[in-house]
Amino acid sequence: MLSTILDGLSLGAIYALIALGYTMVYGIAKMLNFAHGDIIMVGAYAILVTLNANGHPFLAVIAAVLVCMILGIIIEKVAYKPLRGASPLAVLITAIGVSYLLQSVAQLIFGSKSQAVTITTAKMVKIASAEFNLNTILTLVVGAIIMIVLTLFIKFTRTGRAMQAVSEDRGAAQLMGVNVNKIIMITFAIGSALAACAGVFYLMQIPSVSPTLGSMPGIKAFAAAVIGGIGSIPGAMLGGVLLGVVEKLALNVPVLAPYANAIVFALLIIILLVRPIGLLGKKRREKV
Amino acid sequence: MSYLKNVKKGMRFKDMFNYLIIVVMLVVPLLIGVFDNLPRSSSGLLAQMAYSILLAVSLNLVVGFLGELSLGHAGFMCVGAYIGCYLAKELYDVIDSKLLVLIISMLVGGLVAAVFGFIIGLPALRLKGDYLAIVTLAFGEIVRTIFKNLPTFGAALGLSTKKYGNDLYIVALVVVLISLFLIQNIIRSKHGRAITAIRDNEIAAKAMGINITYYKLFVFVFAAFFAGIAGVIYGSYVTPVVYSFFSFNYSIEILVMVVLGGMGNITGSIISAVFITYLNFTLQTQLSGDLAALRYLVYAIILIVVVIFNNAPALKSVRERFSISNLFRSKKKNNPSKQYSDTNRWDVVTTKIPMDEVLTTDVKQEDPYKPDKKEKGGK
Repeated sequence: MLSTILDGLSLGAIYALIALGYTMVYGIAKMLNFAHGDIIMVGAYAILVTLNANGHPFLAVIAAVLVCMILGIIIEKVAYKPLRGASPLAVLITAIGVSYLLQSVAQLIFGSKSQAVTITTAKMVKIASAEFNLNTILTLVVGAIIMIVLTLFIKFTRTGRAMQAVSEDRGAAQLMGVNVNKIIMITFAIGSALAACAGVFYLMQIPSVSPTLGSMPGIKAFAAAVIGGIGSIPGAMLGGVLLGVVEKLALNVPVLAPYANAIVFALLIIILLVRPIGLLGKKRREKV
Repeated sequence: MSYLKNVKKGMRFKDMFNYLIIVVMLVVPLLIGVFDNLPRSSSGLLAQMAYSILLAVSLNLVVGFLGELSLGHAGFMCVGAYIGCYLAKELYDVIDSKLLVLIISMLVGGLVAAVFGFIIGLPALRLKGDYLAIVTLAFGEIVRTIFKNLPTFGAALGLSTKKYGNDLYIVALVVVLISLFLIQNIIRSKHGRAITAIRDNEIAAKAMGINITYYKLFVFVFAAFFAGIAGVIYGSYVTPVVYSFFSFNYSIEILVMVVLGGMGNITGSIISAVFITYLNFTLQTQLSGDLAALRYLVYAIILIVVVIFNNAPALKSVRERFSISNLFRSKKKNNPSKQYSDTNRWDVVTTKIPMDEVLTTDVKQEDPYKPDKKEKGGK
């Protein structure tokens, strides 16, 4: 039971990292970056390529983060920036298009078959007469550190405060001298870097990569961001962890295991029905 | 009688054109069939086109006319396909006429899908935009997962259905014709006006006394019904019906048809559904293995380019210059593209603050209220 919850927490940390990307982009650019899940996939392929070229795993992680950051910025400039001020539906559909684009390009380059990637070999450690997977603990600890650093960054640095200002009121922030375009770019870069980190942890748990790798975790993390209240950073963390734990618990019960995905999504629908703005979302009144 | 009179009055060229497309699709192969046997692949392609048209037009009701994004349309199709085809399999033992079986299973499949449409329409009352999109997406995944695990429906192997045969396309296209008739008449009726009013401004629509709850549920149920029928046609053409077909990607494919054809444009949906189905059909036979991804690459590029061209605020003047409706309108006194050219000169002023950014951000671009020309006083 304890190890299941721990597994759930580490899966939750992965979801939370991805969900943070969704939620930050939503908060600041007011758009849903549907291609976010596929950035994980690109990061995973970056790791694969570096490892195949006999690179050190650590180098592979750095390569993945850099590739994803650059990709995130390019996507924002090419696909989303022209649509700033257009209807949200249009932006969402473009994002879906970008997601397709990334998947099909990956399939053309690397093929549709999944390929094995081993970053670290799984080691078991014994803590208080119970065995734990070292990767699980590593995911949990590093994930927590990243989230804490991110929170501090947003609260206390100049850029972080500018991000808060832009998410509160873009026009006012611009009048106060905040370079909105730069802030949006930074947000995409940070979100994509987080996705790359999530990709690394994901590969530690499931060591194989395919062009559709990112779509399921991406959708679930999106659900997590919505559960927590999209636009809210603590909400994304809470939603991610909640979803991860629920999924692992469901997978552990034999009767429910085949329905794990359905249970996760049902949880989303139920939470949204009770609280349409998510658990920690801010209520906005609609004005005419 | 008064209803029929209204229908007749409402028949416009635009609607007639849509019926014409379907009738041509129906009659030409029939004529070919008289002189020569229609190749099996062509009749299959026509059946595929039929269910694609149904899916695209019904999704257009939700996305284009009601203005809510639905990413779970394949879920409704899944329900229809599984329930309808399961029923058909049982009915073939009882009823001799296969046409009758197909019609009954279509109705039942559609109705069950409509029930699901009602269920998914309920959250739509409380949620909006992106939130609703994720709920419909979640719904599609839930439905798929459930059918995957039910042994009655063949579990992961899929439900083996009975193929209807080569002449499925005739029935399917007739069904499309009937559905189009229903959909187009509803769109032009009082109800259709109410639905587009909700899309344009929900609060204003509410203030005008439109029952938002009723119309939102109505559209979801209506669209799900046709998606269910499309599912039954699919199941009579393909066997086995497997859960993996109805994935999120298929929902997106339907959405691509709608966006490509133009949101809120039925003719566009029909043409793009036919076009994309044809493209799929030919590419599937020619591209094998990993090259199949080229197909999705083409979709992706079409989707991005079309959406950016149609929506980017910076391209507004370009759009107006090239829009088809303006080609006809330009001879009249009001030429909107000329009016805009004056205001553009304000952008030339260089300041440190990017003025156009400031002026465009966070301002909702809404159409000014235009009174309906055809509005009649009372009934």
